[in-house]
Amino acid sequence: MDLLIAENITKNYANHRALDGVSINVPDGSIFGLLGPNGAGKTTLIRIINQITAPDSGRVILNGEALQPKHTAMIGYLPEERGLYKKMMVGEQAIYLSQLKGLSKAESKKRLKYWFEKFEIDSWWNRKVEELSKGMQQKVQFIVTILHKPRLLIFDEPFSGFDPINTEILKSEILKLKEDGATIIFSTHNMGSVEEICDHIALINNSKKILDGNMLDIKRSHRTDIFEIDYEPFDKSLTDFLPDEFKVLSREDYGLGKRARVKIEDDTQTNKLLNLLMKNSRIIKFQEVIPSMNEIFIKKVKEENNNTK
Amino acid sequence: MNKILLIIRREYLTRVKKKSFIIMTILGPLLMAAVIIAPVLIASWSDETKVVGIVDESGFFNAAFKDSDKLKFKNLKLEINEAKAQKEKIGCDIILYIPKPAYVYPQTIFLYSEKNIGLSSKAYIRNSINNDLRELRLRNAGVSPEVIETAKTSIGVRSITLSEGGKEKERIGELEFAIGMISGILIYFFIFLFGTQVMRGVIEEKTSRIVEVIISSVKPFQLMMGKIIGIALVGLTQFSLWVLLTAAIVYSAQGVFSSEIQQIKTQELVQTGKVIDPATSVQIDRNYDKTAEVIKAMMSINYDVIILSFLFYFLFGYLIYAALFASIGSAVDNDADTQQFVLPVTVPLIISIASLQFIANNPDGPAAFWLSIIPFTSPVAMMVRIPFGVPWWEVALSMSLLILGFMATTWFAAKIYRTGILMYGKKPTYKELWKWLKYRN
Repeated sequence: MDLLIAENITKNYANHRALDGVSINVPDGSIFGLLGPNGAGKTTLIRIINQITAPDSGRVILNGEALQPKHTAMIGYLPEERGLYKKMMVGEQAIYLSQLKGLSKAESKKRLKYWFEKFEIDSWWNRKVEELSKGMQQKVQFIVTILHKPRLLIFDEPFSGFDPINTEILKSEILKLKEDGATIIFSTHNMGSVEEICDHIALINNSKKILDGNMLDIKRSHRTDIFEIDYEPFDKSLTDFLPDEFKVLSREDYGLGKRARVKIEDDTQTNKLLNLLMKNSRIIKFQEVIPSMNEIFIKKVKEENNNTK
Repeated sequence: MNKILLIIRREYLTRVKKKSFIIMTILGPLLMAAVIIAPVLIASWSDETKVVGIVDESGFFNAAFKDSDKLKFKNLKLEINEAKAQKEKIGCDIILYIPKPAYVYPQTIFLYSEKNIGLSSKAYIRNSINNDLRELRLRNAGVSPEVIETAKTSIGVRSITLSEGGKEKERIGELEFAIGMISGILIYFFIFLFGTQVMRGVIEEKTSRIVEVIISSVKPFQLMMGKIIGIALVGLTQFSLWVLLTAAIVYSAQGVFSSEIQQIKTQELVQTGKVIDPATSVQIDRNYDKTAEVIKAMMSINYDVIILSFLFYFLFGYLIYAALFASIGSAVDNDADTQQFVLPVTVPLIISIASLQFIANNPDGPAAFWLSIIPFTSPVAMMVRIPFGVPWWEVALSMSLLILGFMATTWFAAKIYRTGILMYGKKPTYKELWKWLKYRN
């Protein structure tokens, strides 16, 4: 079942169209990557889901119902542009923000205590926010985002501003939230950061969705049928022992042996290629080249941009 | 708890807990009390008598000067230069020199003293010599002393206003003037002070980038109104504390003037039936001095009407501008960029403060009328007029228009606000603001 469905969303601003008929389906319990270059329209879509702004046309369905004000309590949102009141005490502010999400004061205090201890920032409870380092502020923001246990979590560029250690902590907490049943939307232009944790993605470019679906399906459909081989040939060289159906794309000296990239016609030939290699060389590595999301992303965006020209 | 209440509570508490709020709350009443007590104090202080030595070369004015409570006169049988030199020795503060006239009567007289002579002393001497000179000329023209005596008049003017119920109240116009001016200035000051607080608050939320987190929980309108109402409550708290503390200070200071107040109370006893009978009040008038007069006038002002209308015009005057200030704050990224928008918004306020004196001088004139009806200028202009008494229908019209104006500016400002708070980077132009008004939300 899809927790969130956005159908045919269009949003215009004075001089440009921010979203042009974009639809996404976010399955319940998944981690959904909303990917795209800067200015593609990701933040606008997220703002529409958060009811910060309204679409010109199209509709959003959350948990089977048309999106409405009561849903704000179901959503936790960590915007890209995020901050806290600088002059306010950390604890007081965290309580205030979670009260705005509908938690009672006592309940939010109880939960905050747990998280502050977990993130080792409980000694900062009565300090002003401006005294905190940026990383600590980000932790407070993260806690406030998830404190009311929302069904849907939306993180816009969550890792910007985090150091590698905190990024790891954050990632593992997010995976735990998923285990507990939360659905998570990641919005980012940095594919590498989400590749390993996303189940589904949608790729937005120039206000339009150009690709979406299950991450593995997408990867499968973008197979290049290219293999990277590290080997030490016995006597014949690669081009001599491989028939013409195998295209050698590149060949170079690499370490003790050689490295080559070979393209096959379809995946039934994989084993044939391997057999030929076994007869004629000592194989060090044999690996299918699977494009990273980053490569798919760049390829797709380039294609789209060429099409529109 | 309702979300808007949470916002109001935060806006209110963070501000009243600030040091600046506490300092202002204490300093305000001290200043206000000083303003109220000072005229009374000054009236009772200036009783120091000065001795005026007269050097009269004309010989006309031996009996012209009668001692007053501030001036004592004595004739000196000295040359003017000697008198000037021996001023201290003969115990004179001022030397009055009437030179020998060139023609028959003197044209100019001279006053010598170390310190500047007060305006009232100067006027007293001038009047005395003028009266005497007039009498002298009349006598020389052959008018009999009896006729001159009966022609002398001294009319005391006491102005008493008649209200609809037939009640009479003694008035000193200057006091209405002062109260009108002070409340007008206070309203202006309050609107500016708390209006800019709204603007700063919005800019703070925008620059600290917390605004997006908050409006994913509440509507931008709730956030804006919560802030405006929260700050309005801060203003009302401050004002109420000021009134209470000022009243406390003035009340304790009343002990100092107990004799004067007693005097007024006896007089009020005479005025049973609330009608001042000229025949009976003449007697009391004799020992009815200036200090008592000021205190009495102060006591006769209808403070509850003034305070209630002040509260109304403060609140709605603030509200009509606060939303506009909020929209300015939302449109810009920092304080420096606000100027371009603040000026046009506050022009009506500046017009009303500039015409303050004009209104107070002619509180029933057409300019005063229109300024006190138009919503943007009415808070200041009407407050200046209120102490003088304004027909109820004008107040009602002015108040209703102000409430309508508040709703209109808030509707308008909310549209700019909801778009502005999410716009970063460049400073918007008026054209862009106009476009923001038309976005769907």
